[in-house]
Parts: sequence; C-alpha cells; structure tokens
Amino acid sequence: MSGLMRIGRLIAACCLALATAAMQAGAETPRPERVVSINLCTDQLAMMLADERQLLSVSDVALDPGSSAMVDEARNYVINHALAEEVYLMRPDLVLAGTYTARATVSMLRRLGMRVELFEPSRSLQDVRQTITRMGEVLHREAEAKAMLAEFDARLAALRAEVARRPSAVLYYANGYTTGDQTLAGQMLLAAGFVNAATARGYTAGMNMPLEVLAMSEPELLITGRAYPGASRSEEILTHPVVEALRQYRQGATMTDTDWVCGTPHILRAIEELAELRKQMTGQGQ
Amino acid sequence: MRLTLILCLLTAALFVVSLVTGPADIGVMESLKALLWDDGGPVTLVMREIRLPRALLAAMIGASLGLAGAAMQGYLRNPLAEPGLIGVSGSAALGAILAMYTGAAAAFALALPLAALVGALVGVGLLVALAGPRGTSLTLILAGIAIAALAAAISSLVLNLSPNPYAANEIVFWMMGSLADRSMTHFWLALPFTLAGWALLAGLGRGLDALTLGEDAARAMGIGIDRLRLTVVLGTALVVGSATAVAGSIGFVGLVVPHILRPLVGAHPSRLLWASGLGGAAMVLAADIMVRVILPARDLKLGVLTALVGAPLFLHLILKLRRERI
Repeated sequence: MSGLMRIGRLIAACCLALATAAMQAGAETPRPERVVSINLCTDQLAMMLADERQLLSVSDVALDPGSSAMVDEARNYVINHALAEEVYLMRPDLVLAGTYTARATVSMLRRLGMRVELFEPSRSLQDVRQTITRMGEVLHREAEAKAMLAEFDARLAALRAEVARRPSAVLYYANGYTTGDQTLAGQMLLAAGFVNAATARGYTAGMNMPLEVLAMSEPELLITGRAYPGASRSEEILTHPVVEALRQYRQGATMTDTDWVCGTPHILRAIEELAELRKQMTGQGQ
Repeated sequence: MRLTLILCLLTAALFVVSLVTGPADIGVMESLKALLWDDGGPVTLVMREIRLPRALLAAMIGASLGLAGAAMQGYLRNPLAEPGLIGVSGSAALGAILAMYTGAAAAFALALPLAALVGALVGVGLLVALAGPRGTSLTLILAGIAIAALAAAISSLVLNLSPNPYAANEIVFWMMGSLADRSMTHFWLALPFTLAGWALLAGLGRGLDALTLGEDAARAMGIGIDRLRLTVVLGTALVVGSATAVAGSIGFVGLVVPHILRPLVGAHPSRLLWASGLGGAAMVLAADIMVRVILPARDLKLGVLTALVGAPLFLHLILKLRRERI
C-alpha cells in the first residue's frame, strides 16, 4: 500500500515538474492559434478564456449533458474523441489535456512533436484560481484570465461575508462514496457555509462511507449525486430507505450537477445555490 | 431431533450476531433495544432499515441455497450438483441483469425477480436435460461449466453495453454476491418467490428417498419421475432466482452444507433437505458477519468467503469420487 502511494506521489511530482517546466516555456512560445482540448475540464476553461478563432476543437464529453456545464457552447467547435490519431490530423499547435487523460495518448502526441499542456484536476478553490491563471498564460490570454479571477474573488468574498450558523451536510454518491474537506466538492461545501459531517467522522478525502455511518452522522442536508442514464446497482443506494428518510426528515436535500464536475468559475454557481439553501435553512436572509 | 435443535440455535445466535455487527459504533443492548422500540433517532433507522433486512436476507438466501443444493444432489444423485457451480445462479444473474440494465426493473419492481426466475429456469432446465438423472459427474460438470461460462459472458456483454458508467464494474457483484446496502424492499420482493420454492422443494423428501433405490424402484413405489423432475427444476429456479436477483450469485453454499450434514442425517435425502436449509442459513449468516468483521467499511463480496471454504472441499469431493470409481 505504502509502495503504491509512494509511486503515486512520484507520478504526481513528475506531473508537477512537467507542468512547471511547460509553464516556464509557455511564456516564451508564440501565441497558439490552433488549440485542441481533449479533457472535459480544459474544454470548459478554454472555451471561456480562448479567443474566438483560437480554440479549434473540444472533446466529445463536452457535449454530454450529464457531465458538461457548457453543452451549447461546445456545439460551436469541432468535436474530438481524445484519440491521438484524430488530434494529430487536426494539426494543432497546442493540445490541452488533463493529468488523468490516457497517458498513451499524451506520450504519443508528444512523440509526434505536439506541444501538450497537462492540467491537474483542482482539489481546492485555490487550485481553481491557479488553473485559471495558467490557462490564461498558456493561451496568451492573461488579461481575460485576470478579469475572470477578479470576478471569481469578488463573488467568493460575497459568499463568505456572513455566515450565522453552519449547518452540517454530507455529499453522497453512488456506491456510498463521499467527499470530505480535502476535495473540491468538500471545499465548495465549506465555501457555501456548511460543515461537512463526513469529515467529522474521519472521511476527509474521497472515500466510501457505509450507509450506517451516514445514518449515524445525521446531516441536516444531504447532497446526492445525479443518476446517470441506464440503471445501475451502484446508484441504487441513493434510493435506499435510509437515504430517503434522511431526505424526508432532515431539512433538505439537493443534487450535485454539472457545475460540480470541473474546477472552473461554474463552481461559483453551485456554491451560490447552496448558500441560498443554507440561508433558508438557518432562517437567515429574506 | 437433536440436530434440528442445534442448527436452530446456531442460526438464531448468528442472526443476533449479524444484527449487532456493523461499521456504525452502536452497543449491543442499545442496538437491540432500538430495533424493538422506535427511539425516533438514527439507531432505529440503522437497525430496522440496514441491519434487519441484511440479516433476514442472509438467513433466507442461505436456506434457499442449502435447500436447492440438497434437492439437486438428491435428484441427480451426485454430490457435486450445486446451483452456483453448475451455472444456475449464473443464468439467474443474467436474467436479473437484463431486467435491471434495460430499465425494466425500474418500471416494474417484480420484473427483477421474475427475470431472474426465468434465467434460473432456463439454466436448470438445460442442465437437467443435458445431464439427466443417469448422467455421470463428468457430463454434469461439463454441462454446468458451459452454461456458467455462457451466462457470465452474456452478462459481461450486457453490462459493458450499458450507458451507465458504473454498470461494467458491477460484474463483481453479480458473480460473487453481496448483501451490502440491501433494504426491506429487497426482502419483500424475494419473499413470495422464495416461499413458493421452499414449499415445492420441501415436498420432495419422499420422492428423493425412493430415488436412492434407483428410478425403476421409485416408479414401482408410485413416484412420478417426470413430476419429480419438474418440481426440482421449478423449485430450484424459484429459490435460486429470487436469491440471485437481490444478492448476486453466492457459490458453494449448496455444496458445503449438504456435504457436512449428510453423515449426520444418515444419508436420507428427505432429512438432508431441511437440515441443509437450516445449515445454509447459518453458513451465509456467518459469511456475512465475517465480511463485515474483516473489512468493516468496504464491501467484501460474500462469494469470496464461501469459495475459500467451498473450493477446497470441492477438490476433496472430486478426489474422493475418483477413488470410488476406480
């Protein structure tokens, strides 16, 4: 186990080193004019920051209404399927990918001489800010990124302004997966003025929390994942009588949606909705 | 009589232990009190909606598998016949998978056990037709392997074709079985089919006893062999189908339990039937307690534990059979 973790850390360190190296190089390279993004999260950030004709293609996942918050915008671009062959044939001068994008695809593209920029998934609001800054640098759209950050900070500050009481909440997904404070969703929960009841029980990262523990933690708000099309046994847990009872007797329940998936300014929409709900729950506002 | 008492006490004790085992830290007395008297709090919720259905399902499914194993072994006169090994559970799982991932089970709750029942019926029907009462162990095992492999392959295909990202990973559940996060809904869904199956299988005693003397002798004693075969097929399909629909396929229970109990009941298939029912309930309850003791927070599959006990026994049985044949 510790061996695995050590390898994981090593890989993460390598990614970081690569990313930093690429970042330094980014400042000297000319402005990319044919950008292809092959990862849902870089798709969305690139669509928000890139110049109209700068971004050529986004991934097919950006069209999936179950995952993407920008389906309509994505229709304006050529769609790729994150395959090295088709990306190469588009002759991009910059490929945007996530660190979890298939390694074989990324290394193949690099062997073919493409410039590939890898973006790590955000784990905190600070990560989101850094990703926005870096995307601005990579696309040579620093001014737009700066404006986006200013707005991001202002909206976040408004949200954090006044919290009278912090109700407890739990995020619960298929297979009993929960996310604690050390994840982006957990940080979003905190920013909206809740305390994470899963973290209080020792579930700090993303991990499975048995149904029994969920029942015993008695959250005031239960936030569940939205079901994917096509039934599955893993998602049955979200209609289990215990979950239904927590939805019914406690103050409220809500669902995570596409705004929760990626570390982009869209997360603010989700946080604002949650904060609104919190105000209703605590009798604050109105 | 003494064996009944011991098995009943064992099952009851394991049932109580199952009720007080779980990842939520609740005291023994506190949990049992909350089960009986509603305290309006989370403990009652945990006891009544999580642990009670789990214990009830473990006992019910265990009894079903023990009974089905004893009945099939009695009818086929072969100690290797076991619903999980010879593809009956696998084909039941295929039926359940088809109902679940096409959305039929969501539209109509009974579609899940019904489809599993049809799957089990096809599996056990094929097997009995292929192996027959006079078939050798080899024919039985080969036919069983073919049916199990085919059912598993089609199941994987259906799961991989599903648009749901979780579906493909669920093959583990369907092949190894688990009682995690089941609810009273699942219990009520499986109960009527299970009771009907138990009723059919429990009535087999006299016929199976007569069959030990050979088919002709049984006919002479007034046993309708065709009717006996139909009852075995239908009863097994009912109990295995409903068990698999809610808990996936749990192997080896129908093999281990009759094997251990056979010497104790004096090789009477009729007495072995009920004893295996009770023994099966105890075995699955014990396995389900163990999975929660070994890995409390994670869903270790039941089939892992039953196979750890069952597979060596299966090898032992094969060696024993081989020695007897030579």
